[in-house]
Amino acid sequence: MLNTLLNTVFEWIQTNILMQIIGVVVPVAFQNEALLIASTIVKIIAIIAPLMIIVAYTTYAERKIIGYIQCRIGPNRVGFFGFPLVGLGQPIADAVKLMFKEIIIPTGANKPLFIIAPILSFAPALAAWAVIPFDDVMVLADINAALIYILALTSLAVYGIIIAGWASNSKYAFLGAIRSAAQIISYEIAMGFALVCVLVAAGSLNLGDIVEAQSGSVLTWFWIPLFPVFVIYFISGVAETNRAPFDVAEGESEIVAGFHVEYGGMAFSIFFMAEYANMVLISALASIMFLGGWLSPLQGVPVIGEPSLGWLLLKSSFFLFLFLWLRATFPRYRYDQIMRLGWKVFLPITIVWIVIVSAMVVMRIPPWFN
Amino acid sequence: MQKIGQYFQSLLLWELLKGLQLTGKYLFKRKITVQYPEEKTPMSPRFRGLHALRRYPNGEERCIACKLCEAVCPAVAITIDSEQRSDGTRRTTRYDIDLTKCIFCGFCEESCPVDSIVETHVFEYHGEKKGDLLMTKQRLLENGDKYEQQIAAARASDAMYR
Repeated sequence: MLNTLLNTVFEWIQTNILMQIIGVVVPVAFQNEALLIASTIVKIIAIIAPLMIIVAYTTYAERKIIGYIQCRIGPNRVGFFGFPLVGLGQPIADAVKLMFKEIIIPTGANKPLFIIAPILSFAPALAAWAVIPFDDVMVLADINAALIYILALTSLAVYGIIIAGWASNSKYAFLGAIRSAAQIISYEIAMGFALVCVLVAAGSLNLGDIVEAQSGSVLTWFWIPLFPVFVIYFISGVAETNRAPFDVAEGESEIVAGFHVEYGGMAFSIFFMAEYANMVLISALASIMFLGGWLSPLQGVPVIGEPSLGWLLLKSSFFLFLFLWLRATFPRYRYDQIMRLGWKVFLPITIVWIVIVSAMVVMRIPPWFN
Repeated sequence: MQKIGQYFQSLLLWELLKGLQLTGKYLFKRKITVQYPEEKTPMSPRFRGLHALRRYPNGEERCIACKLCEAVCPAVAITIDSEQRSDGTRRTTRYDIDLTKCIFCGFCEESCPVDSIVETHVFEYHGEKKGDLLMTKQRLLENGDKYEQQIAAARASDAMYR
């Protein structure tokens, strides 16, 4: 229902707005290409705009949920037009406040790198959404190397952090950057092997095909045959996004704010948005690869069993909640413990599980691999 | 054997799950936040807020300029000048409390032999100019007149413990 509605709206925009404008502005010879570009841009906006709203409200949800866990009630004052509305205006007020703040560039900083760093950390978090399938047809770039593309882009985010730490010319920022670099690279490996398990199980790198391979019911999703890998993927995702309990890169009680200690205003908020966009991305990926993406858990049942974008949103929000729940529960890992967990626990388990999954696939064990 | 058990316990994230269960339970507990301007926490009758100088019911000010409060004040926030009035009693001509110095210890109130200088329950006050927080005799007496009922009630409810 949601999907058809979105499709209708998109087609209406394409025929009534884009084609009209292009028909007038662009010469006849290039009209097809222009339409393709224009409709891609519309699609990008259709992905990014809701994503930004989700990112903004994730910050609100974080404050609210952590508050609730600590027996507080969280922000509940800022609303719209004088109505408090349980504080729903808070993220917008925060965004406006940050926009009006001055961006201070330290005198010792490397100016071009200092400015480019937040962009470098934010861009991959957005670019990765190009291959996320929201539906069997709703995907911006239906490419076959989607899984590799995702792996590449999530690793790229570390450059933003390293460059930010280096360009700030500050001890704390540099310490944060080093910590984060070592941590992200370590967990990248466990994450890569987890993705290999998914690849072996689904027999495809295309995210749409991976979801289709899980078709059946809640029991045929990959979270059962790949359960350890599923847990490892999510924990690595938490480490990858530098979220608590792996937030040594920020470590506000040890190194002030880590890599973004010298950033203020909008530059800081871009780092902030990158972190949350990455959280949303990891949540969406985990639900696509292990919980059957847009598929309904009650496949086959009329109405409720239909595949829908809503299921993907529901599953992703479960993982997002888990991110916040983890942050509210666990103290920060010690640095050597992080490394031990990544190299001596996760890596061996994923390698062993690749063998097990391969065996299961070769033996065609039902109901997943028949 | 126990070591193997411990190993599997840590591998299966058992303790972490227990932690999550605990915080998960707190998510649904009653919230204890006091919504400050609308709700307020209960206040002891001994609460030490804004200062005031009291009067006797006939309108005569209580302070006899004994300067005990000035002497006891650990922050040296009180300044008193006095003179003999035409009726032969000693009264203050100047009684200043610098609230920016005051540490609200309540010693002035305890030292006062005539219950003149007291601290009220008012804590929501502010100054907008330099000097707004320098309480003169005039302003302290005004405070006393304004909050006399509250002050008297607090003294009465606490009297049995003094």
